[in-house]
Amino acid sequence: MKAKVFVTLKPSVLDPQGKAIHHSVELLGHKGVEDIRQGKYFEIALDPSVSHADAQSSVERIAGDVLANPIIEDYRVEIEQ
Amino acid sequence: MKFGVVVFPGSNCDHDAYHVVSKHVGQPVDFIWHKETDLSGFDAVIVPGGFSYGDYLRAGALARFSPVMKAIKDFAAKGKFVFGICNGFQILCEAGLLPGALIRNRSLHFVCKHVNLKLENPNTPFTSEVDPQKILSIPIAHAEGNYTCDDETLQQLEENGQIVFRYCDESGDITDHANPNGARSNIAGICNQNRNVLGMMPHPERACEEMLGSNDGRDIFRSLANTIGRIAA
Repeated sequence: MKAKVFVTLKPSVLDPQGKAIHHSVELLGHKGVEDIRQGKYFEIALDPSVSHADAQSSVERIAGDVLANPIIEDYRVEIEQ
Repeated sequence: MKFGVVVFPGSNCDHDAYHVVSKHVGQPVDFIWHKETDLSGFDAVIVPGGFSYGDYLRAGALARFSPVMKAIKDFAAKGKFVFGICNGFQILCEAGLLPGALIRNRSLHFVCKHVNLKLENPNTPFTSEVDPQKILSIPIAHAEGNYTCDDETLQQLEENGQIVFRYCDESGDITDHANPNGARSNIAGICNQNRNVLGMMPHPERACEEMLGSNDGRDIFRSLANTIGRIAA
């Protein structure tokens, strides 16, 4: 079983790296790209015997306590069987 | 009176802080390895600058889980003094000892230069000896010094006098041009509500000797020592 965690800056927090990437993408000639926000992605391998519900709640805690700083970041957890 | 300087894997301003306390403040000081859990005997703990845990994940994010951090939380709760400088400030924010967070500089660059600081609150244990009229010249050296917080937190910081230092120009005006990293409201340093925990991005320990270009940082350490001395008296 695998958990995927996506950490993104809150919409209200400035993302200077995303802006720089956006600028480079525009320089490459791509049209119609309105904004780019950079985030982090984590893959967590889980013991297959853990129930889906337990996996969801423990990874949510890991994400909130360690992977993301809730003051500036949001996170989303996906559990794959 | 005894000062402690915490050492995490990756701290690199620990010896500077130790040097300043022993040589320019003239007080006993010991290093505290990050595995330590007993801070009895210390009156003040400095969380120094550097790159604890290589800045992995987020600056200060992993240092927060070192055993010494729980001891520092208890230490602060007892009203003892905690002083975070640069990476130390980032760690104190990550640990929830100070509000807000420090994010990437708006320029994306690592900025290393002397900046001008305006003392916004002389009535703290860390600033009582600092001349409130003086514009302080103290260096910064960071890539993640852009202080951010929500509107409500900013309002509380303002109302409670928790904003201790702001970036300013040579005449003391708080301008966007004088803001080296994009910090909200030009914030360079804040304290907690009880005023016993201070965090700042500039490095006062690098500004304690004329030979190094400025000794404006010295009065911050001396303020703290005098405060501790007054409490003990």
